[in-house]
Amino acid sequence: MSTQSVRIGLLKEGGAVDDLQTVDAEPGHDGDALADGLLIQPDREPDARRRGARARRMLLPLVGLIIPVVAITAWWIVSAQKSSFYFPPLSTIWDRFVHTWLLGGATAEIWPTLLSLVLGYAAATLVGITFGVLFALLPAVNRFFAPVIEFVRAVPGLALIPLFVIALGVGIETKIGLVIFGAVWPILLNTTDGIRSQDLTIRDTAFSYRLRFRDRLFRVILPSASPQIMAGMKVSLSIAVIVVIATEMVVSTSGIGNFLLKAQAGFDLTGMWSGLVLMGIIGYLLNVIFELVERRVLRWHRAMYEGINR
Amino acid sequence: MRDTRTAQPASQHIARTQAGRLQNAGASTGLVDSGARMSVRGVSKSYTTDRGVVKQVLASVSFDVAPEEFVAIVGPSGAGKTTLLRALAGLMPPTSGEVYFDGSPVTAPPERLALVFQDYSRSLMPWMTVEKNVTLPLRRKKLAKEVQKRLSSEALAAVGLGDIGTHYPWQLSGGMQQRVAIARAIAYQPDALLMDEPFASVDAQTRSDLEDLILALKKQYRMTIVVVTHDIDEAVYMSDRVIVLSGSPTSVRQVVDVALGTHRDQLVTKSLPEFVELRNTVLTAVRRPVGDPTA
Repeated sequence: MSTQSVRIGLLKEGGAVDDLQTVDAEPGHDGDALADGLLIQPDREPDARRRGARARRMLLPLVGLIIPVVAITAWWIVSAQKSSFYFPPLSTIWDRFVHTWLLGGATAEIWPTLLSLVLGYAAATLVGITFGVLFALLPAVNRFFAPVIEFVRAVPGLALIPLFVIALGVGIETKIGLVIFGAVWPILLNTTDGIRSQDLTIRDTAFSYRLRFRDRLFRVILPSASPQIMAGMKVSLSIAVIVVIATEMVVSTSGIGNFLLKAQAGFDLTGMWSGLVLMGIIGYLLNVIFELVERRVLRWHRAMYEGINR
Repeated sequence: MRDTRTAQPASQHIARTQAGRLQNAGASTGLVDSGARMSVRGVSKSYTTDRGVVKQVLASVSFDVAPEEFVAIVGPSGAGKTTLLRALAGLMPPTSGEVYFDGSPVTAPPERLALVFQDYSRSLMPWMTVEKNVTLPLRRKKLAKEVQKRLSSEALAAVGLGDIGTHYPWQLSGGMQQRVAIARAIAYQPDALLMDEPFASVDAQTRSDLEDLILALKKQYRMTIVVVTHDIDEAVYMSDRVIVLSGSPTSVRQVVDVALGTHRDQLVTKSLPEFVELRNTVLTAVRRPVGDPTA
């Protein structure tokens, strides 16, 4: 049996083919598999190149830190030289932040905010996906409710604070209720839209193999709509944070929003700034957590469209 | 050998006339006992466009497919080939006429039928591994996990794919993805396989490999196969009978029996004078203009 050489070129950025390698293949054996493409894997790269690529991959996210670091340093230096009442030095704000939020002080105010945020957001996700699925799969139901939903959705969530206070009081129920009301729409509409735009081939496949409804819903319909559902959830997350803080400012007697307003009313501007720093950090961490979950859930989607592992 | 080749179309012809006679009886009992695996009886399909124009896609299409027969459906592009296949698969109810599978009227996808689509990249679920894709249709059959795994690896081995169960479809080449789609159909253990332009999206070499794979699998699993294709060579090479459809609205223009035996070979079969002759017959039928009195 003759041995045939197959040359494999890796296409790099810029379109140039470099790193040509020669792989021996016997026709009829490896040749088929090679032609079919599975065996071309990046670990055939030389060691040095691989190490370089890995280092680049690890350093690349650090680029995003340049501006924050520069900005914070600038803020620190500039504010240290001034003694404005409204803009206290960053070092003072930081001291206050550590004492108020990390070493006791007002640590207890964090939990009511986080609790209503997490519960409200989880409920909004559940309600949004459930009704999104219903509206997508039952067009009759959708036609029935669509005008009502468009009307209700047009009412700003925060305008409903008085109504919710009358109905649910000033406790955590009101906060959770308002978070659900504010955050449910992007999830609901994106779920419906994601399912409706499902590929006909995928739908035909699911029907022709007579999948049970349960399998069709959880293994075909929801995963196929998951990129859009996640996009809706991302928008809803920031809405949820806004609604919680605003509601706490208006009605609550606890929580970070309440703390911010009280600090401002008591001319404790350093305290107010420390609360803003805390909210920034909480918002950032929530986003980081969300992106970790999203990366995991949508791994297939990224890989498909960015060509990873191909 | 020769005898069985020529005898087969004749027996099919008898089956067809019997089925025709039993059509009225079938309409009253809901059953047609023609011995055919699939029967299409006067199937028409029309739909109303957005502008309110009624467009007829299928005009009274009728044919039978015998058990373990390989039927290829060809026709000019724009003919309702895919529409017809979706009606056969129970995915689309015809406007009038009936489709029968094993004698029972088709109102939903039949249990003993599997479908392979042209667009493998959209028929495989990218969020599932290859093994999960292959075992997805088996979940309904309430088989033990081990049995599902075994069926999956057997089917993957049968289509010439080794240990790739943990890969994702998008990690594979087009040809391999279509093999996975075929493996999924085989693991489902159907009596009949419907394929819609199954090799139209792969390169020529992969295409002939997959044609031979399907022929081998048909023998191994004794399946009835209906394939829609626009490739006339492929239709003649693979099938026992070619059904030529006319242009829109679509009806059966001609049925060509392909008496090339049960063993087909890419080189030998395709150079037979009979093959060339059949190919020309089919090509002439496909190209015949609409309204030709000889149609």
